[in-house]
Amino acid sequence: MNWPLIISNTLFTAIGVQAIAFILAAIGVNMHFGYTGLLNFGQAAFAAIGAYTFAILAGTGIPWPGSGDGPGFFENPWPWWAAALAVLPMATFLALLLGVPTLRLRADYLAIVTIAAAEILRQALIAPKLDERFNTGGADGLQGFSSGIEGINPWNGQEFRLWKQPFDGHQAFVILVGWILIAVCSALVWLLMRSPWGRVLKSIREDEDAARSLGKNVFAYKMQSLVIGGIVGALGGMVFAIGGRAAAPNDYSTAFTFFAWTLLILGGAGRIKGPIVGGLIFWLIIGFTEVFLSQATRNALLPGWRVNENNFGLLRFMFVGLGLAALVVFRPQGIFGDRREQAFDVR
Amino acid sequence: MSADVPSAGATPAGGPLAGLAYEPGVKKPDPILIADGLRRSFGGLVAVDVDHVEFQRGCITALIGPNGAGKTTFFNLITGFDRPDAGGWEFDGKPVGKANPYRLARAGMVRTFQLTKSLTRLSVLENMKLGALDQRGESVFAGLIRPMWSQQEKEIEQKADALLERFKLGHMRSEFAGNLSGGQRKLLEMARALMADPKLIMLDEPMAGVNPALTQSLLGHVKDLRAEGRSVIFVEHDMDVVHDISDWVVVMAEGRVLAEGPPASIGANQDVIDAYLGTHHDLDLGAP
Ligand SMILES: Nc1ncnc2c1ncn2[C@@H]1O[C@H](COP(=O)(O)OP(=O)(O)OP(=O)(O)O)[C@@H](O)[C@H]1O
Ligand SMILES: [Mg+2]
Repeated sequence: MNWPLIISNTLFTAIGVQAIAFILAAIGVNMHFGYTGLLNFGQAAFAAIGAYTFAILAGTGIPWPGSGDGPGFFENPWPWWAAALAVLPMATFLALLLGVPTLRLRADYLAIVTIAAAEILRQALIAPKLDERFNTGGADGLQGFSSGIEGINPWNGQEFRLWKQPFDGHQAFVILVGWILIAVCSALVWLLMRSPWGRVLKSIREDEDAARSLGKNVFAYKMQSLVIGGIVGALGGMVFAIGGRAAAPNDYSTAFTFFAWTLLILGGAGRIKGPIVGGLIFWLIIGFTEVFLSQATRNALLPGWRVNENNFGLLRFMFVGLGLAALVVFRPQGIFGDRREQAFDVR
Repeated sequence: MSADVPSAGATPAGGPLAGLAYEPGVKKPDPILIADGLRRSFGGLVAVDVDHVEFQRGCITALIGPNGAGKTTFFNLITGFDRPDAGGWEFDGKPVGKANPYRLARAGMVRTFQLTKSLTRLSVLENMKLGALDQRGESVFAGLIRPMWSQQEKEIEQKADALLERFKLGHMRSEFAGNLSGGQRKLLEMARALMADPKLIMLDEPMAGVNPALTQSLLGHVKDLRAEGRSVIFVEHDMDVVHDISDWVVVMAEGRVLAEGPPASIGANQDVIDAYLGTHHDLDLGAP
C-alpha cells in the first residue's frame, strides 16, 4: 500500500475541479431548496447550459442565421470573457423557461418539470441535428475551447505536485479561480440571506400562504431565487468543462443533480457553509475509497471473488450511500445544520 | 326600508350604525368592504352564497355562524386565497378585479388564519419584521447593500418589539416560532398582521386557544385598533366575546347571510336560534 499516494490523491480530489463544480452546483441548490424550499431536481441542466454556452462560444462561435457567406462576428470563437459572461443570460433564460409555467403550481410540479427538462436537454445535446445547427458536438461533446483560458494562465505548461500527486498548471489555475468563485458566490448568498430579501425567501420556504398574506409577491421571489441559484449552478458546469477541457453530454446526467443534492444534505441545507463542508467531505470519501480500493485490489488485500479492478468503482458509492443513510438517521440536520431547526417539522 | 323591530331589551347599535335596519344585506353609511353575489361551491356543496353584505369602516364586525357555515371560505374569497365561482367585491371604494392576496395585503387588507401559519424556522422577531410592508431591503439588489435598508430595519425592529410587548411575547423574541405554544402562535400571527398597518384586519378565530386572562387584554387590543380608525372583521364562536367588543354582527349559515344587527339583537333572532340549534343545542347565544 502506497499511503503517501493514497493520502495526497485523496486530498487533491477533495479540492479538485470536480469538487469545485459540485460545490457551486450545490450552492445553487441551497439557494433553491435550502432557503426557498424549491425542489429543483434539474441542476444538471443549469450546469450543462453553463458548460455548453462557454464551450460553443469560446470554441467555435455559433452560426448566425442570415449572415450570408463567410464567417461573421458570431461565427468566430468568442473571447473567453465574453463566452463566460454569456453564461449568465443563458442560465437566466433557462430559469424563466422552467419557472414561468411551474412556480405558481404546487412544489412537486417544479421537481417533475426540472428533472424532465434536464434529461431533455441532455438528449438534445446528443442529437446530431442540433450538432449540425449549433456545433454541440453530439455524443462526443466538445473539446479545444479552453485556449483562451490557457492564454491568461500564468502557470500554463508548468507542473505542480501536492506531495505525491502531480498536476499541471491548467488544473492549478482552474482550481484557484474555482475556489475564488466559491468564495464570491458564498459571500453573495450570505449577504442576500441576512437581508430582508432573504427573510422573505425563508418565509416562502416555511409557508408561502403566510408570505402572501403579508403582501409578498411570492412568485417573483421564487423566480429570483431560481435565477440566482441557476446561475451559480451554470458557473459550476462551466468550471467543470474548462477544468476537464471538455464538455460531454453524459457529464450532466441526473447523477450530477443528485451528487449536488447529496453533498448539500451532507453539509446541511440552509447553511452558507453547508455546500462547502459537504462538498469537501463528499469528495474526500469518494477520493479515498477510490484510490484505497484500487490499491487494495491491486495488492490483493481484498477477496478477489468479491472485489476486483472492474467493480471497485461501484463499491465506493455503496460506502457513500451507507454514510448518507447513517447521517439521515443520526444527524438529519446535516453535519452543520442547527438541531433546533430540525426539532419541529413544517406544519 | 322596513326595519325588523328590535327585540325588547336589546341595546340598539350606536355610532355610525345607529338607526340601521337589522336585516341581511343592509346598506352601511361608509362601508370598507362590500360583497356582491359572491358564490363558491365545492362539488355539490355550496360553501358561500352571499347576495349582498357590507362592512362598516372603523367598526368591529363579528362574523358568526355554526361550524361549516362558510365563514372561513368567505374570508378566503375576500382576501384572494380562493376564487369565487361568481360575484365580486369592493374594498375601500375600489372594485377588486384580479384578486391577488399580496396585492390586497398591500392595499391594506391583512388577514390571519384559523389554522395558524407561524413561520416555524424563523425567530419570533423575524416573523414580526416580515409583516412590515414597503421594505427597501426586500428587493434583491438593495438587499445586497446593507446601508440601503439598515435604518428602516431598525425602525421596523422597534415597532416589532413594541407590538411584541403589547402581546406579551417580548420574552420570546429570539425563539424560533416553532417553539411557541398554540395560543402564543395565535398572538404572534395577530401581532404580525398589525406590522402591516392594515386598514382592514380580518381575524379568523383569533381567541381560539388563548387563555381567558389574555383574551381580555387581546380584546383590549382589538378595541384599540378601532380607536386607531382601523376596521376589524373577526370570526368568533364565543358569544361573550362577540357581545363584548363587536359593534355589529353578521350571522352566516349554510353559506348565506342569515341575519345582521347589533350583538344584542342577534340572540333573540328566531332564524339564528334555529340555525344554531340544528347543531348546538346547548349554545348560549347570550339572549337576554
Ligand atoms: N377546500 C375545500 N374543499 C371542499 N370543501 C370545502 C373546502 N373548504 C371548505 N369546504 C366546505 O365548505 C363548508 C364551509 O367551510 P368553512 O371552512 O368556510 O366553514 P366555517 O364557517 O369556517 O366553519 P368553522 O366555524 O368550523 O371554522 C364546509 O362544509 C366545508 O366542508
Ligand atoms: Mg372557519
